[in-house]
Amino acid sequence: MIRFLFKGLIRDKHRSLLPLIVVALGVMLTVVFHSWLTGVISDSIEYNARFTTGHVKVMTMAYADNLDQMPNDLALLNADSLTVALKKQFPGMEWVERIHFAGLVDVPDRSGETRAQGNTIGFGIDLFTPGSAEIDRMNIRKSVVEGRLPKQNGEILISNELASDMKLKPGDTISLISSTMYGEMAIYNFTVAGTVVFGTSFLDRGTIIADIADVRQALNMEGASGEILGLSQKGYFDKNEATEIAAAFNRNYNKPADEFSPVMKTLMEQNNLGALVDYSSVILTVLVAVFLLAMSIVLWNAGLLGGLRRYGEFGMRLAIGEEKGHVYKTMIYESLLIGTFGSLAGVALGMVFAWYFQHYGLNLKGMMQNATIIMPTVFKARITPVTWFIGFIPGILSTLIGTMLSGIGIYKRQTAQLFKELEA
Amino acid sequence: MDSGHLITIQHLKKHFAMGAGKFTALNGIDLTFDKGEFTGIIGPSGSGKTTLLNIIGSLDVPSEGKAIVMGKSVGDLGAREAAMLRKTKLGFIFQSYNLLQVHTVYENVEFPLLLLGIDAATRKQMVKDALEWVGLTDKTSSRPAQLSGGECQRVAIARAMVKKPEIVLADEPTANLDAANSHHILQTMEKLNHEFRTTFIFATHDEKVIGYIRRKIFLEDGKVAKDELITKS
Ligand SMILES: Nc1ncnc2c1ncn2[C@@H]1O[C@H](COP(=O)(O)OP(=O)(O)OP(=O)(O)O)[C@@H](O)[C@H]1O
Ligand SMILES: [Mg+2]
Repeated sequence: MIRFLFKGLIRDKHRSLLPLIVVALGVMLTVVFHSWLTGVISDSIEYNARFTTGHVKVMTMAYADNLDQMPNDLALLNADSLTVALKKQFPGMEWVERIHFAGLVDVPDRSGETRAQGNTIGFGIDLFTPGSAEIDRMNIRKSVVEGRLPKQNGEILISNELASDMKLKPGDTISLISSTMYGEMAIYNFTVAGTVVFGTSFLDRGTIIADIADVRQALNMEGASGEILGLSQKGYFDKNEATEIAAAFNRNYNKPADEFSPVMKTLMEQNNLGALVDYSSVILTVLVAVFLLAMSIVLWNAGLLGGLRRYGEFGMRLAIGEEKGHVYKTMIYESLLIGTFGSLAGVALGMVFAWYFQHYGLNLKGMMQNATIIMPTVFKARITPVTWFIGFIPGILSTLIGTMLSGIGIYKRQTAQLFKELEA
Repeated sequence: MDSGHLITIQHLKKHFAMGAGKFTALNGIDLTFDKGEFTGIIGPSGSGKTTLLNIIGSLDVPSEGKAIVMGKSVGDLGAREAAMLRKTKLGFIFQSYNLLQVHTVYENVEFPLLLLGIDAATRKQMVKDALEWVGLTDKTSSRPAQLSGGECQRVAIARAMVKKPEIVLADEPTANLDAANSHHILQTMEKLNHEFRTTFIFATHDEKVIGYIRRKIFLEDGKVAKDELITKS
């Protein structure tokens, strides 16, 4: 019977072509949008992870509770040895120490008096260790607009905006005024090696980037770090992986009674990113639902038109002794065949586009000028295992729903009536 | 209630809703049919021929009275049982052939056997036989669009006969055919009627058909006006 239906489908273009095209197009769009949204959302998450949250982050509990204040007096004292232990215990992640600090940038004039001052938020990262991935992780190389990357200790990068406000040029000297780990005032001189624009106002207002060793010296933090970031070797945030590692770490290291004991938090527990992660699955579900609905309606109507053409055939089949339920069932089988082949075609087509967007992305820099959250400016698609099958959900369900709705006509009509129509 | 006849029709009436009132298409029919008959229901347009044939074929139900086909009362059958009766015991031939246009001659004839769940090898033999009866063995892989009207109607006869039903109901089978083709298919059906003792009931007003049938039932305004047997030499 299936073979019989299959032949009918292949030979009757009216029966197969329009639904196939609808399914293939809908599935293709589902795949493209799904991969693209997945890419955009996970890139945003990844962007946050690389700059501030890591996929997981180790801090002292007290530091974690006052994260906005960048309270380096609550930093991890034994950060170096803890990093070594983390690398050993969780080799699936890259572990990097960072010091995140707030302070004032003071620009002296020739006589040493303050010429200009500005607030800054600083990153102390590993700039100089050979093999350190931090420069590329934060996309610094491509963000330098004036001058160059720091080459030696004492050199820093500064936001282009802050630099121009304070009329700073590469080669100028600035003083960082902050407080040491022990609460004393810290003053430390740096040379500006270059200026940077990241394309996100959050980072472009007043950031300085210095080597972590210099920051330790400036803030009197030998061997200590505010944060240890863990970033998955996979290159993207894997919720399960991060959750498992954090749980394992906290079992071993975290002592709830000791506020200076280390705690590991996943990206979900920082900066409201959990909401973004959860939100993303809602968006993707809505996307699939919208396509499902739209395609179902189109196929329902296509099915009604196609059904009208076939009332003669159905009447004849009923006369020959086929049951109404069986006629209906064969229509469903036909729709499943169309749904399957249409979906296959749609996934294949969609994957081509998804692959293109994964590689080349869509540059929305112009639209992102005023963004206040940390977001990338090139929107790239991401193909995940889900991309391969997500299209089948609207592809097959919509043909099924469309056919079930349009086929109700068969049930409503009296057998004799269908039979009459075949006499006409 | 079984009178020993293949088909028994008692006090059969059929009304159709017509606006506020009703229209009576069959107005008290009493008839019996026996195995092996080659019978025509003859009458002018609107006399109720198709309506009567549809009720015998369990495609429609009586409004009053009874139609008992092979021991089953058509009005009391559920949709399933009616379909089962049509599938196993009845064959239909239509004025407009009603072949599946996208399927070949072979597949059209095979279709009733697929519904009966007959295995592939048996199916093949049965289709081959049926196409031999109607003389279409050389057209098995043609599509209906490539055939003449007469050939299409022969395919329809093969489709109706392939499962060797007890009764074949043919509603104006020659209406779309020229004289030569009409004679050809009538001879084919006559031959099958002799060979398998299949009961044929025609609805017609075609003189050519009337020349072949052995019993004429004249219908007028939903009533049997005359019922005569023709004994041929
Ligand atoms: N579903 C229906 N609803 C209303 N009236 C109907 C219906 N079916 C048939 N009729 C009426 O019943 C009468 C008999 O119809 P039927 O089709 O049986 O005639 P017929 O003898 O087959 O005519 P013809 O030779 O034109 O095919 C006609 O007047 C027709 O209009
Ligand atoms: Mg008629």
